[in-house]
Order: sequence, then structure tokens, then C-alpha cells
Amino acid sequence: MSVQQYLTPLTAGEALAQLAGFAGEGRLIAGGTDLMLWLKKKKFSPKALIDITGIEEFQSLEESGGELIIGAAATHAEVALHPAVRRLAPVLAEACGSVGSPQVRNIATVAGNVVSAQPAADAAVALVALGAQAEIISSGGRRAIPVEELYTGAGGSTVDSTREIVGRIVVRAPGPGGGSAFVRMSPREALALPIVNVAAVLYTDGSVITSARLAIGPVARQPFRPLQAEKLLAGAPMGSLEAFEKAAETAGRESSPRDSLLRGSALYRRQLVRVLVRRALQEATVRIAPGKEG
Amino acid sequence: MTGTQIISFTLNGEQVEVAVKPAESLADVLRKKLLLTGTKKGCEEGECGACTVLLGGRPVNSCLIPAMKARGKEVITIEGLSPSGELHPIQQAFIEAGAVQCGFCTPGLILSAKSLLDRTPLPEEEEIKTELSGHLCRCTGYTQFVEAVRLAAEKMKQS
Repeated sequence: MSVQQYLTPLTAGEALAQLAGFAGEGRLIAGGTDLMLWLKKKKFSPKALIDITGIEEFQSLEESGGELIIGAAATHAEVALHPAVRRLAPVLAEACGSVGSPQVRNIATVAGNVVSAQPAADAAVALVALGAQAEIISSGGRRAIPVEELYTGAGGSTVDSTREIVGRIVVRAPGPGGGSAFVRMSPREALALPIVNVAAVLYTDGSVITSARLAIGPVARQPFRPLQAEKLLAGAPMGSLEAFEKAAETAGRESSPRDSLLRGSALYRRQLVRVLVRRALQEATVRIAPGKEG
Repeated sequence: MTGTQIISFTLNGEQVEVAVKPAESLADVLRKKLLLTGTKKGCEEGECGACTVLLGGRPVNSCLIPAMKARGKEVITIEGLSPSGELHPIQQAFIEAGAVQCGFCTPGLILSAKSLLDRTPLPEEEEIKTELSGHLCRCTGYTQFVEAVRLAAEKMKQS
């Protein structure tokens, strides 16, 4: 292994200076559950690992003015159990609770789930459906970019972890009249990547769906939004099974899962998209009415 | 140059200092440098749970995390469960429930059980199953684990 140093900066500025000092040969590490494997497989061979989980501002995990702030060090377990996340964005709590295993969730970070850029990544799929924004910190300053736009289109992340940091992820909660849900099908409940996962977020005025956002994985090289299906839902009466069926059908047509020895045939997975989109929409609807459980 | 650093952390209740390489896994440091071979290495990919130890009271895959992450923290391995040398009630329960066969997955499972029981003294069956879901066993099957944790909870309540 070529790693020669393990650094633990205390501020974002210090981390950036260390990255700059290694000029592309230093790499950020958060939870490390993906990175440690990639180091072993020589996908990356950095000279230095720069651990950002000790940076205080990255440890935040809170609700503020209807927004959920998820610091770069927040783990899947912390987000899955956080009362405000469960109340305001159950889709995210459920997705975070589906990743890996308890041992992985205790260490792997949600921001890392995004930067790893795996198309099946449960938390990232939920964040795309929620329209979450990532705050990118680089030598040029801080800028907010939708999580959805952090994918290169070729299965990678636009975030260069040798030069910049995802400092936090900000989620605008769907608010009153909103509801969200995450559903997933996998060979077993733990330690299994999903065959298909779906995150649904509905916005309503109490009787009509004003807008809807769906994200599906892994049916493309990144979390996939079936835009036609979303469009069909806007304006439909809340809880209309007919509208849900139509949207699910459309989402199935829009997505293009591949034949996979691990995940099943494209035909089967496309059918699964239909079923899971419908279920996610129904489940999200159940959660709209305030005071109801969920 | 490998940039070895000396770190200290609390291991099974005692302060230890050990020299670690920058990307060396906690599992390797525990097994090869601190000679605590109760922590097993199975898949080395975070799939099997055999390497599970408690870091700050929570189960983690020690094969997937750099030992550097233990710096200044508290680590518990199976060797530290019962410093007196007598069996811990969870260990006793695993034996009584027939939840041990070849033993390779046992240390990790027992540590996950401990973490759960420390937080939730009387867990529901679903909670037990979820907490143990990150462990693979090829001998006993899984129902005995659930039974063992239930039994352990009773034993710990009595003592």
C-alpha cells in the first residue's frame, strides 16, 4: 500500500490546505467503508488520506427552518435514527436504514454515499428525490450544487476528492402537505444491494398533487428520475390509484435497467420498477396527513 | 517511507499505544500487533461481520476502517467482554442456546448483541434480528442467535 500519511485536520481550511499540499495525491476519507476496499483494489493510490470526520462543522446533523442539515461526518445510522429526519423526510431515514448492515451504517457517511456515486446507493437515491443540495468546499469558496448534478454520467462523481470537500448536504423538507417514502427489493434485507430501489416525494395542497419527484436505482448510471411519470402526477388528485398506476407504468417505460446476473433480467427489473413506484407513491400518500403515524 | 504513527486508545478498558501504518485496518492491528486473534477476518469486504468490534460502544467492521480511526476512542473486542475470565452472560447464553458451532462468527455476533443489550435491555425480536443482520453464519442457522440474545437479556436482567 502506497499511503504514507494519515492526516486529521480540525478545520475545512486546514483540510483544503493539506489537499493542495499533496497536489492531487491526497484523498479525503470520511467513513472509509468504500475507500478502504478501493485502496486494496488499487482503484486509488493516494500518498495521503485526509480524514475529515474530526472537523467540528461537519459533525452537524440538525433541522433548521424546515431544512435538514447533514454534515459530512454524519453516518447512515445517525441519519436513520434522527427524529427530525424521520418526521420530516422519512424517505431519507428509510433509505439510510437500508444501506449495508448495522456495522457499515455506524461508520459510513451519507455524504460519502453520494461521492462514491454508486447508482444503487440508497441514501443518494433518496437525496435526489428530495432535491437535496450539496455544499462543495474548494479553494474557490463554497457553492451549493444539487446532488442530482454530482454525477459525471459515466458512473463517477463530479466531486474530486483530491481537491474539494462535500461539507454538508441540505434537504428542504417537503413540509405540510408533503409525504415521502422509500421502497426497495433485494435478495435479503441486509448486506445486499437492491435489485431496484425507489424514492418518492409528493407535494400536495391537501387534495391535489402539486408536484412529485421520483428517483430510481440502479436503472441507469446514476439515480434516475422518470420525468414523464413525475409530470403525470402533477395535478392528479391526492391518492388517486389510477394516477399512480399510470405514473408507475410510465416510470417503468422510462427506465432502462440492464440484464444482470446478480440483479435479474431487464424485463423483470422493469416490472419491479412499476410495482415499487406504485408502492412508494401509496406509502408516501399515507404519510401526508399530519398527525398520522409515520 | 510508510509514515507509521503511534496512536493510543482504550482497548478493553486499558490504555494501549501501538504503531500503525496509515491505511492499516483496525482488524490487522488488533490481530497482528496486539495479538488479539478473537477478532476474525472473513470476507475482508464488510459482508460477513466476523471482524466486528465495538468502537465507542457501536459495532463496526474492523476490516473496513483504518486503525487511525480508533485514536483516542474506546475499542472493545471479544477478549474484553469479561475481564475476569469468567464467561459473560451473553457468552453463556450463546452456549446454552446452541448458537455456537465452529465459532468463527461468534465473537462478532456476541459484540453486536452486547451493543444492542447495552442500549436496549429487553429488545423485541425484530430489533434483535436487525442488529444481528450484518453477520453471516454457515453452521447453526440464525434462530439460535435470536434465542441466545433473548436468554442473555434475561440473565443480565437477573444479575
